[in-house]
Amino acid sequence: MSLTKERKGFFGRLSERIGDALFMRQKIDEDMMDEIEEILITSDIGMDTTEKIMNELREYIKDNMITLPKNIKKGLTDIIIRLIDKGDRNKLSDKTPLVIMMIGINGGGKTTTIAKLGHKLKEEGKTVMFAAADTFRAAAGEQLAIWGDRIGVNTVMHQEGADPSAVIFDAIQSAKAKGIDVLICDTAGRLQTKKNLMTELEKMNKVVSREYPEADRETLLVLDATNGKNAISQAKEFNEVAELTGVVITKLDGTAKGGIAITIADEFDMPIKYLGVGEGMEDLEEFNAEEFAGGIFNE
Amino acid sequence: MAFESLSDKLQGTFKVLKNKGVLTEKDVDEAMRQVKLALLEADVNFKVVKEFVADVKEKCLGEEVMKSLTPAQQVIKIVNGELTDLMGGEGAKLEYDPAGFTVIMMAGLQGTGKTTTCGKLANFLKESGKKPMLCACDVYRPAAIDQLEVVGKAVNTPVYTDRKSKDPVKIAKAAKKEAELKGFNVLIVDTAGRLQIDEELMAELENIKDKVKPYQILLVVDALTGQDAVNAAKGFNERLAIDGIIMTKMDGDARGGAALSARKVTGKPILFMGTGEKYDALEAFHPDRMASRILGMGDMLSLIESA
Ligand SMILES: Nc1nc2c(ncn2[C@@H]2O[C@H](COP(=O)(O)OP(=O)(O)OP(=O)(O)O)[C@@H](O)[C@H]2O)c(=O)[nH]1
Ligand SMILES: Nc1nc2c(ncn2[C@@H]2O[C@H](COP(=O)(O)OP(=O)(O)OP(=O)(O)O)[C@@H](O)[C@H]2O)c(=O)[nH]1
Ligand SMILES: [Mg+2]
Ligand SMILES: [Mg+2]
Repeated sequence: MSLTKERKGFFGRLSERIGDALFMRQKIDEDMMDEIEEILITSDIGMDTTEKIMNELREYIKDNMITLPKNIKKGLTDIIIRLIDKGDRNKLSDKTPLVIMMIGINGGGKTTTIAKLGHKLKEEGKTVMFAAADTFRAAAGEQLAIWGDRIGVNTVMHQEGADPSAVIFDAIQSAKAKGIDVLICDTAGRLQTKKNLMTELEKMNKVVSREYPEADRETLLVLDATNGKNAISQAKEFNEVAELTGVVITKLDGTAKGGIAITIADEFDMPIKYLGVGEGMEDLEEFNAEEFAGGIFNE
Repeated sequence: MAFESLSDKLQGTFKVLKNKGVLTEKDVDEAMRQVKLALLEADVNFKVVKEFVADVKEKCLGEEVMKSLTPAQQVIKIVNGELTDLMGGEGAKLEYDPAGFTVIMMAGLQGTGKTTTCGKLANFLKESGKKPMLCACDVYRPAAIDQLEVVGKAVNTPVYTDRKSKDPVKIAKAAKKEAELKGFNVLIVDTAGRLQIDEELMAELENIKDKVKPYQILLVVDALTGQDAVNAAKGFNERLAIDGIIMTKMDGDARGGAALSARKVTGKPILFMGTGEKYDALEAFHPDRMASRILGMGDMLSLIESA
């Protein structure tokens, strides 16, 4: 399928709008500050983070005695970088063996992200295996297995309705036996408010810790860029049961800004690792704070 | 919980209002600021909020309110009433083609819940005495056809598929013919998720609409959606002139402000809400209850009643 892709992503589009807000104006006034605030809010950056950014921006303007709108761009860029740059933690672990758990709410893009990541790791020369531990959703295993076939990765799969922990158990044994570098586990989508499903996730994690203590771990929360404030509650609850190591923001090829990730990076000190920018296996980008923030005001 | 404090704040604001005998414009301003924050926290679109607050404020500053013996209650009533109106007032129902055979087409962004909702609708239709058939027109997502088949089986509804075809228009046309021939009276067409800015895939939906003439085009919107809900809803409505909205994933702790925004920018009613992954988790949509949920107003309503 050929998607007419707009790969500008979050910062590209934010930048255009902030660029307009700044460059169309002659002086810094409350009107301009309101407009910047509006842009942040409509990008789904949470209310608290927006307030924080605005306060820091006001201080920056005062401390540096800035009078021209165009000169505040560096301040704004730096403030946002400070919120999202987590250094090396923005990168996926390079150690092997590695077990990656992909978790998140329904329909966010977990399975597709696994395909993209599997493809990427394979291209880097690693051996990869998938575990189809979503045994709940209709044809979830088939979906992952078809992706696996496309990119040349084996998928360990049980029947619909099987115990997801049992799939993980089997996949670990198989990965060990075959000396696989990276095992990526798909899990069923679940809303963070569903207690029993969250407990099920805990159980899967325990199986990994018990059966594969020598493996390094990544637990990635898949966040849909179209999501608004609810993503904060998602990050909080999933982190509590699964000790997240980072987030992947999907669907950034659409018109959603995904700004909620900035709030999550800030509030939970959570690194963003990848960005999903389409439905194909190549549509995954590594996150780089400087690069993105640097592009905020590309003129 | 993120919203509890806000709902508390709001209730606090309204309580302050309530304790005041007379209201000044400044009191109303402060209350409106809180309402605005509450709506933004609930992911209602920024522009929708701005307009809403301006409208409410104008009404509140009207003479009858300010001079009333219980101005605060009037303000709360206005907010709640306007919000309910914005959500669709009385509410609306799914409509059937009077000619006897109804085609329903599902549309929406990726992963919103279209395929699952197809199953829920089939289940609902059967309970309403209809004879539905499903049709698999997502030829892109891996295992999308398998998924609909599993769904169909679960709700005892036949699914029309053509695994050899990559042409959703052709598939939908053939399905319609077969459904009519076999005596079904509703055909539910599942389509692939797509971005409203995806020219090619939006044209494909227009094409299905042209050739298959769905009586109801339903936009499936995820309740967790943030500010983008207006862009998606507007985009789909402009291209397809949708007939109604289904709000999914309402079983979580989402405030569902997206519902309000989608309804506002399209002017189309929200017909159902999805409240779980099972096929009976579909409920009629009640604008008044949604209004309360968005503002976290359960307790506030009792405030009004005690007035
Ligand atoms: N446009 C776009 N679509 C995406 C992206 N990532 C995933 N999708 C689409 O979103 C839909 C849902 O993706 P899945 O990978 O099935 O999501 P999931 O989280 O595994 O869903 P469940 O297992 O049902 O919870 C599919 O139609 C994907 O093609 C992305 O980055 N951009
Ligand atoms: N909790 C909850 N989950 C839902 C609801 N409706 C759908 N889902 C889940 O959301 C995920 C996506 O649902 P699908 O029906 O595959 O979504 P879709 O819109 O067909 O996705 P694409 O075809 O990829 O665009 C699945 O995990 C469903 O089980 C709902 O009302 N509540
Ligand atoms: Mg999945
Ligand atoms: Mg689908």
